[in-house]
Amino acid sequence: MIPTKEAFEKALAARHGAQLQERFSAASVVICGAGGLGSNVALSLARAGVGNIHLIDFDTVDISNLNRQQYLPEQIGKPKADTLRENLLRVSPYINITSHNVKLTAENIPELLAPYPIICEAFDKADQKAMLVNTVLEHFPDKYLISGNGMAGTDSANMITTRRITSRFYLCGDGVSNVDDGLPLISARVAVCAAHQATIILRIIGEETLSL
Amino acid sequence: MVKINGKETAHDGIKVSQLLEKLGYKPQSVAVECNEEIVPKSQYDTFTLNDGDSVEIVSFVGGG
Repeated sequence: MIPTKEAFEKALAARHGAQLQERFSAASVVICGAGGLGSNVALSLARAGVGNIHLIDFDTVDISNLNRQQYLPEQIGKPKADTLRENLLRVSPYINITSHNVKLTAENIPELLAPYPIICEAFDKADQKAMLVNTVLEHFPDKYLISGNGMAGTDSANMITTRRITSRFYLCGDGVSNVDDGLPLISARVAVCAAHQATIILRIIGEETLSL
Repeated sequence: MVKINGKETAHDGIKVSQLLEKLGYKPQSVAVECNEEIVPKSQYDTFTLNDGDSVEIVSFVGGG
């Protein structure tokens, strides 16, 4: 039997502190891309009890995703955004999770991302990452943007860092490892980068109680 | 002097598009900030870097 909403809230407040949990519960984050980065960022935010999570992806689950993405074998062929929503709701049943199966473009980003104060870039292709970052920084200079850049290969996980580029733009990753050079994408190293992204998002949400 | 990714360089007066070409960056996979503000891609050919500017070139790689 699933515990009640009140039981969840009490457990989260006990673990995180009531003030921090209040901030997590009130927060709203959009995750652009529900692959290796996005599905792991989303899982961390859902477990932390972030109250409003919006997922955007145009793709479907493929067997090649299962080495690092938060999907199950029986979900192959299903749309990622909706399927991740289902999976996150099993983890954290009382948060508000919405999903949109759409490809983000420079044309639709200004409309589709407008409602969200915190934007997580979790794409896989370099030119698409650049497109989203440029579009968001041009249209929404007041929003927080957290991007993942460089988590391929088998180098030490210690190479992955969080860098503050401007006051509201953070870059997580090793900055150099490129899947286009034939490097592998391995579960743990991708999850480290995603955990960097999720950590800075949670720190931003809690900024009045945590000093950055 | 123009500071590029933390290093002082003598690129005063150069356009952003020229700088990217000179340093070997692909324009379609970068984001360029000058003094903490994004340089729109539409301005790469006209935006001139001046003495005292601090530029950050973020070059994106594949994987996610």
